[in-house]
Amino acid sequence: MMSFISYFINGLSLGSVYAIIALGYTMVYGIAKMLNFAHGDVIMIGGYVVFTVVSTMGLGPVAGILLAVILCTVLGVVIEGVAYRPLRMASPLAVLITAIGVSYLLQNIALLVFGSNPKSFTSVVTVPALKLADGKLTISGETIVTIISCVIIMIGLTTFIKKTRAGQAMLAVSEDKGAAQLMGINVDGTIALTFAIGSALAAIAGALLCSAYPTLTPYTGSMPGIKAFVAAVFGGIGSIPGALIGGLLLGVIENLSKAYISSQLSDAIVFAVLIVVLLVKPTGILGKKISEKV
Amino acid sequence: MKKSMKKLLSLGLAIAMAASLTACGSGKASEGTTAAGTETKGEAQTTAAGGAATGEGTIKIGGIGPISGSTAIYGQAVKNGAELAVNEINANGGINGAKIEFNFQDDENDTEKSVNAYNTLKDWGMQLLVGTVTSAPCIAVGAESSNDNMFQLTPSGSAVDCTKFENQFRVCFSDPNQGAASAQYIGENKLATKVAVIYDSSDVYSSGIHDKFISEAANQGIEIASDEAFTADNNTNFSVQLQKAQDSGAELVFLPIYYSQAALILAQAKQMGYAPAFFGCDGLDGLLTVENFDTKLAENVMLLTPFAADAKDDLTQKFVTSFKEKYKETPNQFAADAYDAVYAIKAAAEKSGVTADMDASAICDKLKAAMTEISINGLTGENMKWSADGEPDKAPKAVKIVNGVYTAM
Repeated sequence: MMSFISYFINGLSLGSVYAIIALGYTMVYGIAKMLNFAHGDVIMIGGYVVFTVVSTMGLGPVAGILLAVILCTVLGVVIEGVAYRPLRMASPLAVLITAIGVSYLLQNIALLVFGSNPKSFTSVVTVPALKLADGKLTISGETIVTIISCVIIMIGLTTFIKKTRAGQAMLAVSEDKGAAQLMGINVDGTIALTFAIGSALAAIAGALLCSAYPTLTPYTGSMPGIKAFVAAVFGGIGSIPGALIGGLLLGVIENLSKAYISSQLSDAIVFAVLIVVLLVKPTGILGKKISEKV
Repeated sequence: MKKSMKKLLSLGLAIAMAASLTACGSGKASEGTTAAGTETKGEAQTTAAGGAATGEGTIKIGGIGPISGSTAIYGQAVKNGAELAVNEINANGGINGAKIEFNFQDDENDTEKSVNAYNTLKDWGMQLLVGTVTSAPCIAVGAESSNDNMFQLTPSGSAVDCTKFENQFRVCFSDPNQGAASAQYIGENKLATKVAVIYDSSDVYSSGIHDKFISEAANQGIEIASDEAFTADNNTNFSVQLQKAQDSGAELVFLPIYYSQAALILAQAKQMGYAPAFFGCDGLDGLLTVENFDTKLAENVMLLTPFAADAKDDLTQKFVTSFKEKYKETPNQFAADAYDAVYAIKAAAEKSGVTADMDASAICDKLKAAMTEISINGLTGENMKWSADGEPDKAPKAVKIVNGVYTAM
């Protein structure tokens, strides 16, 4: 029983990271209607910034995360402005290919700057591990912080969208870009803001991901990026609570299937579950019904 | 518009799944989905051996291994170790009077790049090959070299198939031999009776050692309390595997894997407050050189390696001193394997009278026969001999990491 709880909590922790990354995918998709495949690599850049600030320059973890958030925000806005904005009227396929291109560009820049040798990441989390049930159950500080951060981010983001003008503008743009523009909403600005928020979250996800699984290579972001994308689709892409549910479910399913079915087949099982969910509910768990127009 | 969105979404999903599938198939490309796109640093790195090694009277030895990428430490060590041996031999008159010219090419531990490197070296005029450093590329290159009848001696390619063909020999132990030797070592030294294993099932090196270890463990009275795998696509989160090992009550965790994952396992074991003994094979060599790695985590980790830099014999001392002088670091077993490889070639070439004007195929025929007749005292073993199937015959040794350095056990 204790081990089940432990598998479950570790799954929640993994799922929380997926959820934070999935938020980036889902917000950008909901508002700009594009799949930003470079999102996973922004996470990696965030990880490297924290690594450089904390381990190489010797500053504190708070400074590292702050700087990573700032740099990733700038990076996200620059990517959007340079690579995606000129393609706003182009076919969705062109944007998708561009996003994949940006992803490779970021990986190769990291490869050039930091080299491909893996770096051991010093955890930014200083919370001590929690020992429960006479030490039979240990929950690491990283796990606690990851889950709590995920919840805080989720609440913060939902409040932001519901209560602020900028958030309302995002909602409006996601409903109908053209009508929003006619109502006097700055569509380009709103999309840039979306990228800024998504990338800032990516920086936090990077720091949390690398703290829990302390290794850093230029490819660190790609697999979690794909999994988080799956989580976003799983929960219903475009939906913020969907990203949370999708991420957490994915993490828990992955860990439990590793524990009770096969440690080698966990990825296959995760993707099989995704296929089943999409067959039953093509728009994901919380996805909006897409009414077909003829 | 909406419909095209849906199409786009399904396309995106298809891409994501396809990407993850390719990543499954790519086996040893431990970088995950995007092992492509790293085609840099492939330029030739010729060592002007002994200063005067051009034109006539030189034997051209090629080397292949990863000097960038996640296993770069191995390739770099082999390159340096081989270079050191080549320089020494050239300074002492070469092989049968012929100087050696050594050219090392990067393969990033990628099978395709390795075959490309092999072809580059052939164009350069390579007469025999020291390499490749890692197993999967070695198997790929072996198919080519056996076609060409090019003599190939791998310092460290330990998969069974690395010596599949007649022209292939190796200096290190094969994976099954390492697995068996590990089980024997643990059994004979009574290190533990309940053992957990965590291995990479998508990697030929790791699963090769694992399989033999499991079968040999039964003969040694070792109980396998938990036997868990991971794959190249899922190699960062080890919480489940470690938890199972802990629940099973294992006193020792056997890690027949590479150091980059081992560093993660050690860190995660500490996070969850689990402190068993850890035992690994030569793949753990390099653990202490991972950038920013807290070496305290590796304290008391044991590994089966044929070479300990602190050994007191003259040969090791001399090698370590000159290696440190030249490359400013302590050599690991890969450097020692490569050093022995070059000296084994020298011994075999001298025995069979290889000269610089012979072509690769003629050299190969001579060396194939001579390798089974020589016996050398190398860094990785005394009285090393080779059988015709390419396997070395030498005794296993283990080291323990104490205060951040290897200490002979």
